[in-house]
Amino acid sequence: MPRSPEPARSRGSRVLFFGLFFVGILVFWELLKFFGGDPWRYFGWTWRPPLDLWFASDINLPHVWAIVARIFQPLTSGANESLGSYLFWQSLYTWREAFIGFVVGGVLGIAIATAFVHFSLAERAFLPYVVASQTIPIVALAPMIVFFVGHNITAVVIIATYLSFFPVTIAMLRGLRSPDPRALELMRSYAATRRAILFKVRFPASVPYLFTALKITATASVVGAIVGEGPGGIQAGLGRAVLFFSQSYSIAPEKLWAAILFTAVLGVAFYGIIRGLEARILRGRPEAAGA
Amino acid sequence: MTGPESVVHLSHVNKTFETAGAATVALSDISLDIRRGEFVSLIGPSGCGKSTLLRLIGDLTEPSAGAVQVNGKPATQARLDRDYGMVFQAPVLFDWRTVAENVRLPLELFGQDKDTQASRTAEMLELVDLTDFARYRPYELSGGMQQRVAIARALAFSPLLLLMDEPFGALDEMTRERMNSEVLNIWQQTGITVVFVTHSIPEAVFLSTRVVVMSARPGRITKLVEVDLPQPRGLATRESSRYFNLITEVREALRAGEGPASDAGLSSVERTAAEGGIG
Repeated sequence: MPRSPEPARSRGSRVLFFGLFFVGILVFWELLKFFGGDPWRYFGWTWRPPLDLWFASDINLPHVWAIVARIFQPLTSGANESLGSYLFWQSLYTWREAFIGFVVGGVLGIAIATAFVHFSLAERAFLPYVVASQTIPIVALAPMIVFFVGHNITAVVIIATYLSFFPVTIAMLRGLRSPDPRALELMRSYAATRRAILFKVRFPASVPYLFTALKITATASVVGAIVGEGPGGIQAGLGRAVLFFSQSYSIAPEKLWAAILFTAVLGVAFYGIIRGLEARILRGRPEAAGA
Repeated sequence: MTGPESVVHLSHVNKTFETAGAATVALSDISLDIRRGEFVSLIGPSGCGKSTLLRLIGDLTEPSAGAVQVNGKPATQARLDRDYGMVFQAPVLFDWRTVAENVRLPLELFGQDKDTQASRTAEMLELVDLTDFARYRPYELSGGMQQRVAIARALAFSPLLLLMDEPFGALDEMTRERMNSEVLNIWQQTGITVVFVTHSIPEAVFLSTRVVVMSARPGRITKLVEVDLPQPRGLATRESSRYFNLITEVREALRAGEGPASDAGLSSVERTAAEGGIG
């Protein structure tokens, strides 16, 4: 009688659909360039596109293969390291910052929500500040954080944490309050302590809600780390690479495009890890309403 | 009657709910004694406060006036002493726990050692005939099976009193009759005192040693019907004329109870009969 989470066929068709769509984007990209980009010069043969689309020029929209090829070429002329290898290690560096922020933000969010659920006065007093904190643009806050803690990785982690804790707080507030009132009455009939209710009912019931938030913060923490590296004065990471390559965009646009590609892959990979964990932990469990 | 035989003792209990400034009287002057080993059903129209009465006994809500004593103690003390097993209309099982882990929950909370937990859980699953489903998740079971898990969980720590709030209200008729027989079986095997809320007359009569008939607005007890059907009860019970007579008696008591509120032309004889039944 155990239900399988989903039929294998639908998973396969999902992958196929994703692949087709991805190829479709690349084809569309190159079609734009074919009809409106700069002249194509390959194998001694030249094609002059009939239209002149400013956004399809080689500076604005490099060829897909030019970006891919650039990844395998040296970082700078004469360097031993390829651009791809460099970006890979910078991705890991950024991911480490993001991951610490993700974990600290997650723990902070869970702690705040737990406190709010148990002390309604605290919720009334502090929730407005928690919400208000999210309206302050990170670019305004980053210099202050750097001023307080200095130019180091701590500043970046704080920024990643700052972007992570809020979704977790809000989701956990809902999750901790999601148990059926009768489940709480049942616990009351057992004369269960608040602690027991928290660990046996409220926390387990919030896991689906928590994962919904963690999927958001997986990407938000990466954004926080990338954005934080600039003002944080970190001389490594994808954020630094993006800033660095944007200065030479008019000469080598492919490098910035490659860096953007790596940030996207990093975000998707982190999201995928959390999604995989979620599927494992919540295997077969009916999805929480609205989670 | 407040001797050692009395497990539940309610004296002049009132319950008033404050809603938007107006007070609604949910229960008015309820006095009732339930003896050890009894199976008592509370029956009445919706809004008569039968669930509220059950919740008062289980200390899930407090009376506005009057006293609720369980096993000679205030209801709150009885709850703290873990004298209650509760079964609600919904099974209220936890999806993140297997069937066996759900049954084990109160034992975990009470800090029993692992071996006792395991053996007691196995015993309870045996009692409700779900041994083969120990490792299943609740949502993999049918509604009737889920409710059996809830019963096993309620009985796992051998409470003094089993409180059941329309436990089979959401089940189909066939399943419900099977569950009734199972509950009777369990009651006879364990000798536990049961207070059972229902809106089904046949269910109340089939299960109970005594039926408490209630009326609404305000909720009060209008009649106590002693059910003298022989034990053990089964299919033959459901076909006996005594069973039908008792069903008729309860039905008439219910109708008499709703009289004054909905039927102004109730004869004085009927009204006297209804009032005479107040325990």
